[in-house]
Amino acid sequence: MIPVSLILIPLITGLLAFFLKGTTAAKNWALLSSVITLAVAVAGIYFLPAKHLSYDAAWLPALGSRFSLVTDGMGKMLVLLTTVSFPVILIATAKNDYKQPASFYALLLLSQTGLLGVFLAADALVFYFFWELALIPVYFLCSFWGGEKRIAVTFKFFVYTFIGSLLMLAGILYLYFQSADQSFALQSFYHIKLTATQENVIFWLFFIAFAIKMPVFPFHTWQPDAYEQSPTAVTMIMSGIMVKMGIFALIRWLLPVFPHASQQFAHLIIIFSVIGMLYASLIAIRQDDIKRLIAYSSIAHIGLMCAAVFAHNATGMEGVMVQMFNHGINVIGLWIVADAIEQQLGTRKFTDLGGLAQKAPVLAILLAVMAFANIALPLTNAFIGEFLMFNGLFQYNVWIMAVAGISIILAAVYTLNMVQKVLYGNTTVVTENATEISGNVQWMLVVLAVMIIALGVYPQPLIDLTKDTVQAILANR
Amino acid sequence: MNAIIVSALLGVVMMFSGIIFKNRAVHSAIAVVGLLVLLAANLLNSYGIWVIRFDTFQLFNFEQFGMYFTSIAIAATLVYVLLSGKAIEKTSQYSAEYYALIFFVLCGVSILSGFNSLLMLFLGIEILTIPLYILTGADKRNLKSNEASLKYFLMGCFSTGIMLMGITLIYGATGSFIMGESKSLASSALIPKTSFLEIAGMILLFVSMCFKVSAAPFHFWTPDVYDGAPSVFTSFMATIVKAAGFIAFIRLFDQHTELLGPTWKLLLAFVIIATLLVGNITAVFQQSVKRMLSYSSIAQAGFMLFALYSANDLAREGILLYAVAYSLATIGIFAVLIKMKDYTFEGFNGLAQTQPVLAFSTAICLLSLAGIPLTAGFFAKYYMLASVVKAGGALWLVIVAVLFAAVSAYYYFRVIQSMYFKDGEPETEGVTGGFKLGLLLVAALVILFGIFPSLVLNWFYF
Repeated sequence: MIPVSLILIPLITGLLAFFLKGTTAAKNWALLSSVITLAVAVAGIYFLPAKHLSYDAAWLPALGSRFSLVTDGMGKMLVLLTTVSFPVILIATAKNDYKQPASFYALLLLSQTGLLGVFLAADALVFYFFWELALIPVYFLCSFWGGEKRIAVTFKFFVYTFIGSLLMLAGILYLYFQSADQSFALQSFYHIKLTATQENVIFWLFFIAFAIKMPVFPFHTWQPDAYEQSPTAVTMIMSGIMVKMGIFALIRWLLPVFPHASQQFAHLIIIFSVIGMLYASLIAIRQDDIKRLIAYSSIAHIGLMCAAVFAHNATGMEGVMVQMFNHGINVIGLWIVADAIEQQLGTRKFTDLGGLAQKAPVLAILLAVMAFANIALPLTNAFIGEFLMFNGLFQYNVWIMAVAGISIILAAVYTLNMVQKVLYGNTTVVTENATEISGNVQWMLVVLAVMIIALGVYPQPLIDLTKDTVQAILANR
Repeated sequence: MNAIIVSALLGVVMMFSGIIFKNRAVHSAIAVVGLLVLLAANLLNSYGIWVIRFDTFQLFNFEQFGMYFTSIAIAATLVYVLLSGKAIEKTSQYSAEYYALIFFVLCGVSILSGFNSLLMLFLGIEILTIPLYILTGADKRNLKSNEASLKYFLMGCFSTGIMLMGITLIYGATGSFIMGESKSLASSALIPKTSFLEIAGMILLFVSMCFKVSAAPFHFWTPDVYDGAPSVFTSFMATIVKAAGFIAFIRLFDQHTELLGPTWKLLLAFVIIATLLVGNITAVFQQSVKRMLSYSSIAQAGFMLFALYSANDLAREGILLYAVAYSLATIGIFAVLIKMKDYTFEGFNGLAQTQPVLAFSTAICLLSLAGIPLTAGFFAKYYMLASVVKAGGALWLVIVAVLFAAVSAYYYFRVIQSMYFKDGEPETEGVTGGFKLGLLLVAALVILFGIFPSLVLNWFYF
């Protein structure tokens, strides 16, 4: 029952939220809902017996689709990431005011429904439904509450992902008719025997959908604009959680269903991912806007994860698992800082900022922690993940790993550059009257910083949690 | 049989009620009651409880598929009248006559979903289209409406001529008007090979049916006619009438395709791609929502043609679901469009602020047309694509289709963008509480069928 309640709580509270009056009511309602979801998730994953973690009910018997949900290690980890992130995001952005707050928070909760559904689905049609359900609220959120160029930018994002998902739908249909028992169930998809040609064609139908979502070079062009123009709370959801949908789907749906094709095309995809890492890092160095910098840095990190998935060995896969969670936390931390600065000073340009460390020392320390995590310095959580992933790439091919390793240096360049330009130097006209960030934001950043350091010192809980998925994937080969 | 007779009688009743009652609201009320009676009569027929029976000499073959479609068409007309009845009354003083014509159209629909002889096909098409020529020109002081009517009439006559020619050739080749009989003759030992005449006749029939359902390259009349006709009648033509055309198309060609061999699939694939291309790409460039919807109806026809391409059980279920999903969504959008003063995209700017209910239901209907999951339109498209994948060998066609579906999202979402994300002062008129309730019901149905499409399809197997 746990997976169903995880989907139903945000769904029902989200629908009800449309009818709320007043900003405070909507905020509190959304926070309450997300805290309940978090409690249910933690209880279900750590305290209740495992039999509560799957659910199966008839949905469309004529089509061979069942409403079935399952929670494996990776699913648990991503459910935790989603349910932890939402209260953090809501509290950290609680000071922001939105026009039509009820609809804003309602759509946020609906997007949570979609995300959780994607991570839990054990039926291809259900998966496809939630995959789209996560997209539609985000489309409305960005187009309604975003920046100046929001309509065009968000629409680009929408069309990109919509083309991807439609191609995936064609692939799902094809697999459905190939499956032995004409069903959409995950397990029957795993047992489909395809010829080499079939695999090679259908593989791409799926991969393009996932590559657009992650996004991996050369499908990434929608991402920096969309991140920049979206309201920051939504950007956090997109970059912290939504991109994980792509990585998750690779591991859950692509590798086991197309073992040969994913081996065959691994080299090509890894090379593209590495190109994307370096390319995005280089662009990030040239950015003059905090949000755009984080967006490009995010592409680089995702590229590494994608490469490590296709390296297909135990170390790399463990690294991906750990990093999916950690990247989510780190990037949300960075966005919170960016949002706090923008809300207070009204600008995100480096040229306008400087000397914030004198005015807001707490912010400075917390931003430094987030920045170090972004570079994957030892003792931060990202170090473990990146180390394991590079190790996995090393086992795959030394030269590719060597080239990909350049991105570590580039990450240090752009991140420290940002820290320096924002925090140090002389104060400017804009930052002269800057004050310390508000309590809410501080507390949330502290929570994230504690998680960053705790998981950096002792990452074992994450590795243990996702061990079964890693083993299952590698056994499948 | 019930539906044919009852709808014809109701048409006459409506004409007389025009003489007796001068209050136009009464006409609408009578029409609603009449539609309910008609629906009941057809359902009784489907269940075999009460059937008017007499020997039709094989002219008709009432099967579940056709009768179920007739029920869908009547129910859709009911929704249409409930939502847009006021607009029909407003068109002119002859509202009773309009309703009479609508009942005659339904009579044509029932004939088309039950015909067994090519003669009945011809009759059905004529009974279906002649009232539409009049309805198209209903706004008789408007030059565009007149132009549309004349254009529709000429093109309709032209394509009917082609159809008659085809029927004649088939009769000449097989000596029979009865569908299916020609096949047995052709395969018998007397005539070892299918005659050239029959194939030529089939191709002429195909062309004329393409005209009727506005498949490219025979679509040129559609945008002008749909744009010129009074919006309230465009709504009827673009949904119920078009779906009926498809049902006739499918019933005509379902059993005949093997005569044409593999060339048939090639021909059809060409028509499908041309239709999707013309419909979608042209719709992108429209400035008026009404004209965009006429091109989108061409694009949707491209999708419905998949049912013809795959010709299996999924296709038959799918076309029914498609008829429901497409009709509901289009009727909903047109009902809102009729209330707007300005038909351009700019005219919809800011509708979400002034009329949230209208904007919300329109958005749901548009999402359904675009085929977004959780709406009926998704499963409609899903069934079409699934039937093609099941038929096998045409995955490329499915990929082409989904790419065009993505293009269609572009122009459907332009309306959503106007309503929700742009500011403006849209002018609406005559929006009542009942109208809003009706719209919300349509939106609710679209979502309900999007989650449980079996609600529609299970009825098919009663």
